[in-house]
Amino acid sequence: MKILLMGNPNVGKSVFFSRLTGTNVIASNYPGTTVGFTRGKMKLDGQVAEVIDVPGTYTLEPTCRAEEVAVEMLKEGDVIIQVVDATNLERNLYLTLQLLEKGKPLIVALNLWDEAKHIGIDIDVKRLEKLLEVPVVPTVAITGEGIKELVLRLTEARAHAFERTDAERWKEVGRISSEVQCVAHRHHTLLERLGDLTIKPRTGIPLSILVLYLVFKVVRLVGEGLITYLLNPLFNLYTPLAMRLSALLGPGVVHDILIGHLIAGKIDYAQSMGLLTTGLYVPFAMVLPYVFAFYLTLSFLEDVGYLPRLAVLMDNIMHRLGMHGSAIIPMFLGFGCNVPGVLATRVLETRRQRFIAATLLSIAVPCSALLAMIMGLVGRYGPRALGMVFGTLFVVWLILGFLLDRILKGESPEIFLEIPPYRTPYLGALLKKLWMRVRWFLTEGVPYVLLGVLIINVFYVLGVVDAIAGIAAPVVVGILGLPGEAAIALIAGFLRKDVAVGMLLPLGLNMKQLIIASVVLSMYFPCVATFAVLVRELGIKDMAKSAGIMICSAILVGGLLNLIL
Amino acid sequence: MEISLTDLGMGKLAIIKRIEGGHGFQRRITSMGMRVGKEVRKVTAQPLRGPIVVEVEGCRTALGRGMAAKIIVEEAPE
Repeated sequence: MKILLMGNPNVGKSVFFSRLTGTNVIASNYPGTTVGFTRGKMKLDGQVAEVIDVPGTYTLEPTCRAEEVAVEMLKEGDVIIQVVDATNLERNLYLTLQLLEKGKPLIVALNLWDEAKHIGIDIDVKRLEKLLEVPVVPTVAITGEGIKELVLRLTEARAHAFERTDAERWKEVGRISSEVQCVAHRHHTLLERLGDLTIKPRTGIPLSILVLYLVFKVVRLVGEGLITYLLNPLFNLYTPLAMRLSALLGPGVVHDILIGHLIAGKIDYAQSMGLLTTGLYVPFAMVLPYVFAFYLTLSFLEDVGYLPRLAVLMDNIMHRLGMHGSAIIPMFLGFGCNVPGVLATRVLETRRQRFIAATLLSIAVPCSALLAMIMGLVGRYGPRALGMVFGTLFVVWLILGFLLDRILKGESPEIFLEIPPYRTPYLGALLKKLWMRVRWFLTEGVPYVLLGVLIINVFYVLGVVDAIAGIAAPVVVGILGLPGEAAIALIAGFLRKDVAVGMLLPLGLNMKQLIIASVVLSMYFPCVATFAVLVRELGIKDMAKSAGIMICSAILVGGLLNLIL
Repeated sequence: MEISLTDLGMGKLAIIKRIEGGHGFQRRITSMGMRVGKEVRKVTAQPLRGPIVVEVEGCRTALGRGMAAKIIVEEAPE
């Protein structure tokens, strides 16, 4: 049996999915968190049933890629659980009627029941059940309230097929909601007032600058704190062990690969480049703390519901870059990891918008792993040097977006986005989401870091590095002004960008070269994981175009920096 | 007096009278809860022809000026 979780965007389908299947998926407080479907399993009467988390949709006439996915999934389901936002009954009921007309058994979960009660909305559940002729269960998915009853009553899900015109549907919706719902006159709550303050331009723009500043501060504070007080001490404990292994191995190829080069007779975690030294230090002590710190703040902002407000404030700028405000969400996610960032471009309506968003994202939005390494390396030269790297990327983002908007044909649709109320994040849900993302880095990121270091070491041993350096010399040395060996970082960068920046350290670059290398590494090409997603989302042809833009702009910008700095 | 949502004053309450534009557009707007006969309050408008934010039945939605221009309302007394 296949059970579909459907409903309007941002009603809590993903929280339901996690509750029903025990499989965790990312849930947030903004419409469009889920853009693809996730399958999971649950036990039902001793049998295994498949549960599918479907992207949210307002109607069964899709307006963007994510909604198309939702409508396509409808064919697959045997039973539909429609998750309904109890605070917004009317609009949700329209979809209920559309779903009922599909003739599939349906059960309604009246979610956000606590919030509805809190703001003075009273719904007569029994009456609603009678009118819809399907089971209706009040739920609070985030705390698990009502889930059990919902599962018990799943077998009561009913189908009834009838056809209605659009006007008839709305008439029916109006009739039902006026019969079952009683809304007390309510005053605006404190959170609502704050919500409006952060969206009105006069207060919202200064507040958004404050929020972004705080994000930056918290990320640095938490990231650096973890490195200084937790991870460096841990690695200091590990050093004697590694030194003993080094003595045991003695000089030779195996030592070069595992431990790397001793610097003044000692292991230097940043420069030795061994699999068991730098290979462990880079992912765990340089990148992980920043991945953790960034996702901590991102997850908080997501769950509070700030991102859609930022989308409205940024809409004007984004229009000049060929997108609209909603594109700020993929950009923001891209700072964590480019892969979910590219996927999130599905909330945009047209192909042209998605192409621009995905291209700008891969070129000018460094992921948290790359950011961490740039902070670690370039940060040694102070905030001015860091400012040069990020400032350059920001200017590239603006100029390139502006040019793409001019060059590419087609119109830009306008923003049309629901702004959810601010919600107090649940600590448990927040920590779970944070853990999911950190775990993703540990299982999907760290192995590639180790593989990258291993391959590069083998290349050095085999003497391949010199050959590559020779071939790439005209561009790397001639145009970018970097040592020939830096070409190897460009190759490592395809595997993992953080490894690539790590490769630069033993090369003894000066500040100017480090800035150029960091900018070029961010821009020139996506890492393999992002590349795969880009091919899938854009198609081979558009990906080739996008890659052409990446390579050309990276060489151009790197060359310009070499001339100016 | 009927005016478009773009011309409605900030913070003012109005009743939706008509939604112009194509069939698809009308459906999209109504599916978000903005229907003829509903009360709508203009919460904010971003400068430089940026999007406007409206509140319908306690729910806030951002929409572009071009869309807002096609939603015809009549100001309602508070």
